[in-house]
Amino acid sequence: MPGITMAVMSYLEAIRETLKQEMRRDSRIIIYGEDVGVRGGVFRVTEGLQKEFGEDRVIDSPLAEAAIVGTAIGAAVNGLRPIPEIQFADFIFPAMNQIVEEAARIRYRSNGTFGVPLVIRAPFGGGVHGALYHSQSVEAFFAHVPGLKVVIPGTPYDAKGLLAAAVEDEDPVLYFEHKAAYRSLKGEVPDERYLIPIGKADLKRKGTDLSIITYGLTVNYALKAAETLDQEGISVEVLDLRSIRPLDVEMILDTAKKTGKVLIVHEDNLTGGIGGEVSALIAEHALFHLDAPLRRLAGPDVPAMPYSPPLEHAFLVTSDKITAAARDLAKF
Amino acid sequence: MAEVVLMPQLGESVTEGTIGQWLKKVGDAVEKYESLLEVMTDKVNAEVPAPIGGTISKILVEDGQTVAVGTPICEIAVEGGSETESNAPTGGAESSVPSPTSLSSETIPPQHVAADVSAKDGESLRGRYSPAVRRLAAENRINPDTLSGTGAKGRVTRQDVLKAVEEQSHTAEVKQEIADNSTVQTPAANNARTAPVSPVPLVAGATAVIDPDDEIVPLSSIRNVIAERMVRSKMTVPHAWLMMEVDVSGLVALRDRLKEAFKAKEGVSLTYLPFMLRAVIQALKAVPEMNAQWNGDSIVLKKHINIGMATATDRGLVVPVIKNADEKNIVGLAKVSQDLVKRARSGRLTMDDLNGGTFTVDNTGAIGTVLTYPIINAPEAGIITMESIVKRPVVINDMVAIRSMMNVCISFDHRVVDGAEAGQFIRLVKDNLEAIGPSTSVY
Repeated sequence: MPGITMAVMSYLEAIRETLKQEMRRDSRIIIYGEDVGVRGGVFRVTEGLQKEFGEDRVIDSPLAEAAIVGTAIGAAVNGLRPIPEIQFADFIFPAMNQIVEEAARIRYRSNGTFGVPLVIRAPFGGGVHGALYHSQSVEAFFAHVPGLKVVIPGTPYDAKGLLAAAVEDEDPVLYFEHKAAYRSLKGEVPDERYLIPIGKADLKRKGTDLSIITYGLTVNYALKAAETLDQEGISVEVLDLRSIRPLDVEMILDTAKKTGKVLIVHEDNLTGGIGGEVSALIAEHALFHLDAPLRRLAGPDVPAMPYSPPLEHAFLVTSDKITAAARDLAKF
Repeated sequence: MAEVVLMPQLGESVTEGTIGQWLKKVGDAVEKYESLLEVMTDKVNAEVPAPIGGTISKILVEDGQTVAVGTPICEIAVEGGSETESNAPTGGAESSVPSPTSLSSETIPPQHVAADVSAKDGESLRGRYSPAVRRLAAENRINPDTLSGTGAKGRVTRQDVLKAVEEQSHTAEVKQEIADNSTVQTPAANNARTAPVSPVPLVAGATAVIDPDDEIVPLSSIRNVIAERMVRSKMTVPHAWLMMEVDVSGLVALRDRLKEAFKAKEGVSLTYLPFMLRAVIQALKAVPEMNAQWNGDSIVLKKHINIGMATATDRGLVVPVIKNADEKNIVGLAKVSQDLVKRARSGRLTMDDLNGGTFTVDNTGAIGTVLTYPIINAPEAGIITMESIVKRPVVINDMVAIRSMMNVCISFDHRVVDGAEAGQFIRLVKDNLEAIGPSTSVY
């Protein structure tokens, strides 16, 4: 596009650059979390931010997630735009009460008088030998709660646009970043600020034989699977949800109606996962377009991500697993 | 290695079959195509050939048991294979299924049966339709039974239907071109696959009122098939009806004169039926528009005259067919019709006996009626009845005479012909019958 400059950056860099851009634009934005200041975050997402914006805006917090989110809610109600970081999504549960009982309902409870313009960032997901306490996917817990928005970008481009949109939003948004995506995903990201509307999915690839609906890191695995299957003559459509609350019902139904065969993929475990909600929407509204049973490919229902590399690999959704599941569905 | 043999589908709308008897037992050697067993369905008994040579290693369904189409019924151990157990019909499923189409009259062979599917059992998915397939088939007036399935285990997929829709519109264009350009008649064979089947509208009938002491009889599958076909014919074919009186005094005198000698000479009784058949066949020759079928956007003129005979049996109505009936004289028609009726009543008809009818004759008079309004055996264009022969006073040359009178009634598809052709046809039937006199030859 003329007049727009692009840089190739990693998923992590896209998030960092967006944080900087937003903080320069809006002085009400503060960052608050464990090791986000001096150390620049355990993954270095906030590296250099304290230096640029000072200790008042990039604050190292105590190891107390309930306090991090609780004080951020208070700051947000009082006019700031906090972007607290939960160091690992696995640690978000102490803050569950603050998020679900307070952040999610203040607008409703105050009859619209107060909003909580808050973006909670948290790295999640496995595949980096993080084991039981550094690998979980937690999105389904929050997607269940009315009053919250949950976004999970799958590319550096979407990471920037969704983060800017989350910052702009007057209500609480959970912004989950897959830690295995941080340095493995690279892509062109425009320098200019842009917003990707929350609740809008993105058709990452068009196809005719079946649809894969997924989000986050697995979008990339699904695209790779689609490439492989293309060589076998199977045409796969890939829909990236980007927002898992609210879901883009229209695009979900469009792709289901178009191909009649749907495979839903996520790393989060199967039972009670987003795949169930997507399946229900399709079953309710697109039954007469379905040519095969809906299928879900997800993490197994085991208590946590194992540390043993072979077991961790067995847990994870891979491109090969998606290819096999999609091939099977295409043949049905 | 062992091949699994599945219960074949012996014809359209047949969903299950009963093992009549096994012609082989465990340990017997069979050659490819050698008969393995007899299968009975609602209408026919058929022998099922071995799909492969080998030794019977297992019989999975015993004599007299009824199982769904596609159920494994036996296993054949193949020479050279070491194991006799087969866990999965590894790709053998398709090769060992006696192709349903080869046993029925369907004209289209399946292009390719299921590829390597992760099937854990040999259960066929033919006849199991997804919501998308049902909707698309209904919207485009396609009968999915007529499509070959490219999906898992022979399943007809959404894309198979979409392909057929595309071909249908293409065929329609071609047919239009042929009609536009020349006098060439549309070859009926072309239509077999895509002939639009009018869907039966899903209007619920009145619900039965059940009192406590009433008995509820579950539908046999033949009852089900009859019900489905009658509803389809009545709801999709515009029936029109005509009746004519026929003076068969000459025929009655002829039969009375010949019946003893005929029986002695030919071994079968001389009834009125072959004369009626002959009269109808001659009329069809003269009015070929009646020997036709409605095809949505065209009319198929049938080249052969194959007469179906509506026949009551203990189990329900069946309509065996006299093939190339126009090539037979009275003696031939008497013999073949009595043979078919006998076999229909003893359940010994073959699939071939039931296929290919182009017009139906119904001898309703056998039960004493004088007027009938028959339902057309779709997709045929007409059905004619012969009613009871009764002596009645009639006026001939201004004088009252006692004559043997018979009514003939015809229901015809008013899309295919008008009253003029149907009237001409039934008039010819009347003339043909009245032309028979006491001295007419039956040879």
